[in-house]
Amino acid sequence: MNAYYLAILQGSVMTVGVSLAALLVSIILGLAGAAAKLSERPVLVALATVYTTLIRGIPELVLMLLIFYGGSIGLNHLMELLGSDTVIDINPFVAGVLTIGFIYGAFMTETFRGAMLAIPPGQAEAAWAFGMSRSQTFLRITAPQMVRYALPGFTNNWLVLIKATALVSLIGLQEMTYLAKQASAATRSPFVFFLFTAALFLIYTTVSLFALKKLNARFSLGTQRVQL
Amino acid sequence: MNWAVIFEPQNLALYGTGILTTLGLLFSSLAVGGVMALLFALALTGPIASLRWIVGAYTYVIRGTPLLIQVYLIYYGLGQLEWIQARWDSVWPWTHFKEPFFCALLAFSLNTAGYTAEMLAGAIRETSAGEIEAAQSFGMSRFKVLLHIVLPSALRRTLPAYSNEVVMMLHSTSLASAVPSMLDVTAAASRIYSDYYLPFEAYLAAASIYLTASFCLIGFFKFSEGHLLAYLAPRKH
Amino acid sequence: MKKLLLAIAIGAVCATSFAQGKDLKVAIDPTYEPFTFKTADGKPTGFDVDIASALCEQIKRKCVFVEQVWDSMIPGLQAKKYDVIISSLSITADRLKVIDFTDKYYNTPSRVVLKKDVKFTGPASIKGKKIGVLKGSTQEKYAMGELKTAGVEVIPYEAQDQVYLDIKSGRLDGTVADFVEVNGGFLSKPEGKDYALAGPELFTEKYFGTGVGIGLRKGDATLKTELNTAIKTIRTNGAYKKINDKYFKFDVYGK
Repeated sequence: MNAYYLAILQGSVMTVGVSLAALLVSIILGLAGAAAKLSERPVLVALATVYTTLIRGIPELVLMLLIFYGGSIGLNHLMELLGSDTVIDINPFVAGVLTIGFIYGAFMTETFRGAMLAIPPGQAEAAWAFGMSRSQTFLRITAPQMVRYALPGFTNNWLVLIKATALVSLIGLQEMTYLAKQASAATRSPFVFFLFTAALFLIYTTVSLFALKKLNARFSLGTQRVQL
Repeated sequence: MNWAVIFEPQNLALYGTGILTTLGLLFSSLAVGGVMALLFALALTGPIASLRWIVGAYTYVIRGTPLLIQVYLIYYGLGQLEWIQARWDSVWPWTHFKEPFFCALLAFSLNTAGYTAEMLAGAIRETSAGEIEAAQSFGMSRFKVLLHIVLPSALRRTLPAYSNEVVMMLHSTSLASAVPSMLDVTAAASRIYSDYYLPFEAYLAAASIYLTASFCLIGFFKFSEGHLLAYLAPRKH
Repeated sequence: MKKLLLAIAIGAVCATSFAQGKDLKVAIDPTYEPFTFKTADGKPTGFDVDIASALCEQIKRKCVFVEQVWDSMIPGLQAKKYDVIISSLSITADRLKVIDFTDKYYNTPSRVVLKKDVKFTGPASIKGKKIGVLKGSTQEKYAMGELKTAGVEVIPYEAQDQVYLDIKSGRLDGTVADFVEVNGGFLSKPEGKDYALAGPELFTEKYFGTGVGIGLRKGDATLKTELNTAIKTIRTNGAYKKINDKYFKFDVYGK
């Protein structure tokens, strides 16, 4: 029995890995999407809108299955068309990270867009007047303030992302949920193993909440708190 | 791409059964979950501290663990307990735990109740204190204040967030495919994939079904927001 | 356009893995005791796994085991996620339409498994009962073809050990499974003591095929001949017998 618990704990390392990698992908996509939506160029706005609309309409599981099963066959077809003999295999880790990153990139787009809109535009204009380049303006003026506005939405998205990693077990990635399912079927005791996995998830979300609260405090230094 | 296979009558029938199961699961879990959410929200904002603590712990656990694990716990986990096994052949209500549909329904209802309760509790807490004081000065009992003043405005305020939750629930029903013998849209697509080896066609068809359903739901909620939250709309003249 | 496609493909390749020449990727579904299962610390083991290792030794390649859910075994092979399937995959006419098989490496019949006190005289005698089967297996085909038409409720499951889980909890009345597998994975365990094999041995070629072989992609002729030679070799040099006797008291090679 104990070896199974150890295996699930090792699976939790995989879970943390998938969620952090997916977070990175989603932040990059979120920033790109928000920039596209705010750029006022019709093509970019349309592209970003199609992106967020698709994610709002298709379940994560279906998207994951499409990318994992369809993607491998599609890529191999592509390689055959190009005349190559190499075999490309999208392993479950990559499929999971890309799918979850892709999905939560859309949610992050909305969060970051709302955060960027909350910063008075006069600040960016003043920065340009000072001669700062686009990237300098972004790094020194926009981004630090954006973090504070984006944090509540970001925290929400992160917590939902952690839970979405459980779905990657359905395409065979050996993270907590997958190992718990195998252990429970092999030992015929699902209750304890799933409860154990649920507890691990709860620990993960609690630690995240705590860390993000500290981050919130750090980025809210100097702002006024209204006393009711 | 071999789309002809998807449009064969027996495969269309498979998707049809899937749509019926998905929608049935969605609306019944929203109904059951909605009633539970109302009760939980009242507990969260009520005067009894122990009730607040218990329900608070419940929503914390529900919102902190994945729905997939909750589904497995209820279907496989509860089935393992001998206390339930001894009763589920003859004693109602435990007989229902044998059925996969009931287990899926219970898991989804508990999940949506947890999230909706927090939303509703937040909206109730935001009710303007002046309205409640005015109602109390009129001599309304606590129940009357809730029924006539607090809940109507709280329910309206929750509508935008709730529309998000409903669409999320629609997407979550795809997890019903993890329960054996539940044939929802995703399970139908998986069946066609493993029978005919056509992943793109099968899952794209499922994706378009979900897309259409999501748009219908979003459209319905936009319409009801225009109707129920008309007082928040910008001036037209 | 071709350059763009090449660039996309290279980008995807950087994030994915290649199939190397020397390693042989073997797909297994480790929920099928005693043929394919995992020890508590996650090591694949069982008859199929040992045969695979013996064959790999013969053809001088390293076996790398890849876990796969049963009903996506064949699609995964076609998607080149692995090179062969050595996981109790039966050779049937339907499967031969899409993939290729080596010669068989064992052949055991399937049986219906029910509670000891249930009188089984044919499919119609268990009308209304719930029978669990593995999704995508030959037993599922049999159950859908013979049992479902007689009024039995057939429920497909993702993995065979989940069927046993639900039999144990009482949700299912029985299963149709390979008789060696059900002995090793269920009947010999404490939860199987009230259950027994029922009815005759099921051999119908229409459903169950002609034995269990190694699944390969169509067109992989060199690998097929290599493996066929290897199977013949281990049958004659005693390696097969050694693995057979480790798990079973009789010769599973069958007729």
